[in-house]
Amino acid sequence: MTGPGEQRDGTRRDGGFAVPPPVSSSAAAEPAAQNGHHPAVADQPGDDWDRRIASGLAFLRRRLAGDYEVDEFGFDPELTQAVFHPLLRRLYQDWFRTEVSGLEHVPADGAGLVVGNHSGTVALDALILSTALHHEHPARRFLRLLGADLVFRMPVVSEVARKTGGTVACNPDAERLLRGGELVGVFPEGFKGVGKLYAERYKLQRFGRGGFVSAALRTGTPIIPVAIVGGEEIYPMLADIKPLARLLKLPYFPVTPTFPWLGPLGMVPLPSKWLIQFCPPIPTAHLTDSADDPLVVFNLADQVRETIQQTLHELLERRPDPFGP
Amino acid sequence: MTPGGSVSPPGVVVVTGVSRYLGAHVAARLAADPRIDRVIGVDVPELAPEVGGLLDRVERVRVDAGAVGGLLADLDVDTVVHLALASAPDPQHGDRAAMKEQNVIGTMQLLAACQRAPRLRKLVVRSSTAAYGASFRDPAVFTEETEPREVPRGGFGRDILDIEGYVRGFRRRRPDVTATVLRFAPFIGSTADTTLTRYFSLPVVPTIFGRDARLQFLHFDDALEVLHRSVVEDHSGTYNVAGPGVLALSQAIRRAGRVAVPVLEPGLSGAVALARAMGYGRYGLDQVDLFVHGRVVDISRLEREYAFTPRSTAAAFDDFIRAHHGRALLTRDRLAAAEQLVLDGIRQVRAAARERS
Repeated sequence: MTGPGEQRDGTRRDGGFAVPPPVSSSAAAEPAAQNGHHPAVADQPGDDWDRRIASGLAFLRRRLAGDYEVDEFGFDPELTQAVFHPLLRRLYQDWFRTEVSGLEHVPADGAGLVVGNHSGTVALDALILSTALHHEHPARRFLRLLGADLVFRMPVVSEVARKTGGTVACNPDAERLLRGGELVGVFPEGFKGVGKLYAERYKLQRFGRGGFVSAALRTGTPIIPVAIVGGEEIYPMLADIKPLARLLKLPYFPVTPTFPWLGPLGMVPLPSKWLIQFCPPIPTAHLTDSADDPLVVFNLADQVRETIQQTLHELLERRPDPFGP
Repeated sequence: MTPGGSVSPPGVVVVTGVSRYLGAHVAARLAADPRIDRVIGVDVPELAPEVGGLLDRVERVRVDAGAVGGLLADLDVDTVVHLALASAPDPQHGDRAAMKEQNVIGTMQLLAACQRAPRLRKLVVRSSTAAYGASFRDPAVFTEETEPREVPRGGFGRDILDIEGYVRGFRRRRPDVTATVLRFAPFIGSTADTTLTRYFSLPVVPTIFGRDARLQFLHFDDALEVLHRSVVEDHSGTYNVAGPGVLALSQAIRRAGRVAVPVLEPGLSGAVALARAMGYGRYGLDQVDLFVHGRVVDISRLEREYAFTPRSTAAAFDDFIRAHHGRALLTRDRLAAAEQLVLDGIRQVRAAARERS
């Protein structure tokens, strides 16, 4: 384990892990050089396909041999960058046609706490937000998401969450990530936001006890509010079958125009138009001593909530048709 | 406390559990230290030593845990190192009841004896990172202050919680004694033979479907070093002791060149119970919990107070692989050769296709 702000492997970067470039000419020669073999066919400089195949094989070999690093939270930057982000980018660009603004408010290095509105029955907004930051931000930052413990109870889902940089939403983890200079993403509405009915779309729910504010205050991290429009329409929740939810131990059981009527087809999100706007950061460095003052914490949480709600209204005016181009 | 701690070598040291691998090595190492006058190894009579030769310079006494009290007073013992812990029921020495007897009752009796020993200045107790329990709401990284949220299902984890509870009581009653509790991550190394090293030596390794625990290991030599320093220096308090860095279970299995076979969690728990009932297998619910939840601890307190950093988890694991790689199926060399073969094949096919066109 390392102290805050440093990374033991020495590849501590500002805003992202130093992952080997996905395609490079040296990658093709790497296994050969390591192994003392000589390629039977000469390398063809400029042959794009050859390089792609070679780097793909090198990636497979590294994965099979366990030759990669995970951090103490289980984050696997190589896998995230090579597998998860390319998949999400299809959804982000082609399906949701996402537009991002205000990226200049997200620091290129150092810690930041990104606080957003939660929506959509299935929390795709968290994944789209992290894709936006990694894809559009000049520093290609990874967003470290804080998830409900339900996520970490489920097999497979829990491991995907950890491998892509997520961890349980609790103050020790949040503060540890922030002290390490990471960009942390949190949705204080939690299930109240994800599981609300379509009729209540874009109405921010209560912000819990403001634990995210005290984490930011204790570490002196700026809070960056972000408004996400588009998430509410992907699975419009018309009703919530509470007894069934209780039976399955879920926070809600959704009924959407397509689910559960169409079975697995109902899992396909509707292609709404997404707008994401980052708001100016709220500095907290001067308030480090008031992390335990409930009044300061409450006021700050309220300020963040107001900012997000206002920005949501502005974005909705810019997007008259939820399924427009 | 200053980094590195003040040096105050003890005169007479009692080490419990010397017929075990760890106890024998610690006792031998302390006996080789010229600053220490006498090292006395204590063990219960029925245990046969697993390690011969190491204990030549250690005086050995075979007494019941209940009779240690007289020993501590008679010999003017000033330091007790308590290592007699069983991490799994040993089929040769009884079942889970015997394990609990040794771990919990043994510790209770030893601490009662320590409490009455007038010359005692220092107590070093072996604990485990299992003290943090296993819960889905756990933070990713445990510091020494983290309280367990749920009592673990495994016997060893529960024993550890009991043992630490007794040490807390001892601290209250004897504040003059420097009490050190060392929460060790699972040991690994070139020679150590533990439940986990046997697990990673299986050719086909069962894992839990949909779970990829984050693991930390401690190199056996580093465990010796920390125990040695705890005896000759003063480090009051509780410390996490683990190799920095993390290996995912799947990653560790791949590095060891084994093949993982995912098993559904309820099925595995049942299989473990069945194996236990049939009297073999030292894997228990402790291991299942570890492989579901993973366990990572923060060692900054150890680094600060001991001015010592154990070798990393990855380095400790590499050391283990080098010593055990004999039966590996997928070694790095073979993978690299396979990669080269496939790449050459694809290039040849493409070159041939180009020539034809």
